[in-house]
Amino acid sequence: MDNEFFLLARDIHKRFGAVQALRGVDFEVRYGEVVGLVGDNGAGKSTLMKILAGALPPDRGEIWIEGKRANISSPHDSRRYGIEMVYQDLALAGNLDAPANVFMGREKTHRFWKLTTPVLHRREMEKVTGELLLRLGVQLPNLRQRVRYLSGGQRQAVAIARTLLAQAKLVIMDEPTAALGVSEAERVLDLIRRLKEEGISVVFITHRLPHIFAVCDRIVVLRAGKRVGERTTCETTMEEITQLIVGGKTDVKYERE
Amino acid sequence: MRRITAIPQLLRKLFLERATAGIFLALLAIILVTGIVNPRFFSAYNLQTLGRQLVIFGFLAIGETFVIVTGGIDLSVGSLTALLNVLLALFMTRGLGTAGGILATLAIAIAFGLWHGLFVTKLRVPAFIITLGSFVGAKGLAALITKGWPISGLPSGFSQLWEGMIFRVIPVPVLAFVVVAIFAHFLLGYTVWGRHLYAIGGDIEAARRFGIKIDALRIMAYIISALSAGVVALFIAARLNQGNPTVGTLYEMYAIAAVVIGGASLFGGEGSIIGSIVGACIISVLWNALVLMRVSAYWHEVTVGAIIVAAVTVDILRRRRIQQPG
Ligand SMILES: Nc1ncnc2c1ncn2[C@@H]1O[C@H](COP(=O)(O)OP(=O)(O)O)[C@@H](O)[C@H]1O
Ligand SMILES: [Mg+2]
Repeated sequence: MDNEFFLLARDIHKRFGAVQALRGVDFEVRYGEVVGLVGDNGAGKSTLMKILAGALPPDRGEIWIEGKRANISSPHDSRRYGIEMVYQDLALAGNLDAPANVFMGREKTHRFWKLTTPVLHRREMEKVTGELLLRLGVQLPNLRQRVRYLSGGQRQAVAIARTLLAQAKLVIMDEPTAALGVSEAERVLDLIRRLKEEGISVVFITHRLPHIFAVCDRIVVLRAGKRVGERTTCETTMEEITQLIVGGKTDVKYERE
Repeated sequence: MRRITAIPQLLRKLFLERATAGIFLALLAIILVTGIVNPRFFSAYNLQTLGRQLVIFGFLAIGETFVIVTGGIDLSVGSLTALLNVLLALFMTRGLGTAGGILATLAIAIAFGLWHGLFVTKLRVPAFIITLGSFVGAKGLAALITKGWPISGLPSGFSQLWEGMIFRVIPVPVLAFVVVAIFAHFLLGYTVWGRHLYAIGGDIEAARRFGIKIDALRIMAYIISALSAGVVALFIAARLNQGNPTVGTLYEMYAIAAVVIGGASLFGGEGSIIGSIVGACIISVLWNALVLMRVSAYWHEVTVGAIIVAAVTVDILRRRRIQQPG
């Protein structure tokens, strides 16, 4: 396999009862690339990403990561390959602070001589969280603030800081700007640029095409469970992408059944 | 003008934002008023009585805190106290001896916690339902076992567990309670497990995606709660020197009230051991004050009922403020 690709997915199928959500989709992500994944509601974007994140098993298809055939059957597997998903509904514990959320499930604990204890090392986790957020260009006025009091953009930053802590190689963001106002969404785009600067690949799903054009290197279009087009951002227009999304146009190479 | 708005602001800060500080002040106020009205309140004898009473509610409140923090509830602890109290007396008088009886009783407590936890996690039965089942069932079992009569004749030394004094001033149950309370505070507030319990109560779906062992931790919380009933059953057996199926009535309500007064949310994710203990103190001091003032014990139930409503209302108001910030 070509080693410019971090991830290659081939011929992915997924059916939910009567709904054929994905019908043989190919998808690939290069190292350090920001890929925009677009398509109408129900096109299968979230389903494809959940398969990559190990939250859903595919019915058919192969996934290759860093040139090797990958066997992803749980979120845990996917994380081991360096894939982290930031969920649409964010999945943070609002009653806890940013360090608790960033380190949830992989807490730093005190050591007692050479033994690890289950005792939380709060100061260390606060320090690292502050550093991770700074890498993302975010500074919280109070790190001990419960995340439910943070703004939407700050919560995104906390969720993304988790992926940095995990040393993710690919971060999948499913509609991170959907619930945000203009300036908050702008902050999220900044976060994506930061990830790219760190050499981390990003898959970014959104309905707002200007956001896609602002940060993505490449755009992949799904329609009714099929990939109907792919463009390099600098060689296309929003009109053309819209045509691909709504079905006015399909690339010849994807027209075969 | 500023002075007029300052007081409501302070109250709001104390009760809506920093719940623990507020209830701590409330406790101090209750103690002061009671002490002024009846100076006997501060006598060593009364404080020891009060301390032992606090231990009963305090243990149950600690156990209940673990469950409520995860967003669950345990309605069974009062009835379990009765059943375990009866079983302990039965075991001790039927040849298991003191140590054997205690171990067997605590093992049964753990089994009940496991039972509740498995229903809540694996079968997804609401905690309120499965523990309500034990609330009714355990009480009935206790009465069945004893046919309504207390089981007496416990080993004579056993009452030392309740009446014994350390250094002649600290009752044994109070010392045991302080040790357990410190341990529980540490477990919930300073360890990975405690933090995961809060995460489960805060957002169980998020906790699942974080990869936390949700089921095991929730089961653990129900076991801790049932164990607290087991421990209280030991102390009550030592106090009464018998196993009595009528003990424990309404104790689950006192425990839940203590936890909610202490700043926990019945929606989960909030609460602390210290808060719950302060809540248990408030309930115990109120009880003690009413006894000292020779007011009917039923007024205590009325008061606690009113406090529960007030505490839960405050919690709901607090949540509403969070949902619409600013
Ligand atoms: N868990 C599920 N059960 C049944 N149908 C599902 C499930 N998840 C997605 N679908 C269906 O699969 C199709 C693709 O959904 P999805 O991937 O969420 O689309 P998108 O994210 O592009 O809007 C839709 O028709 C949707 O209703
Ligand atoms: Mg979607």
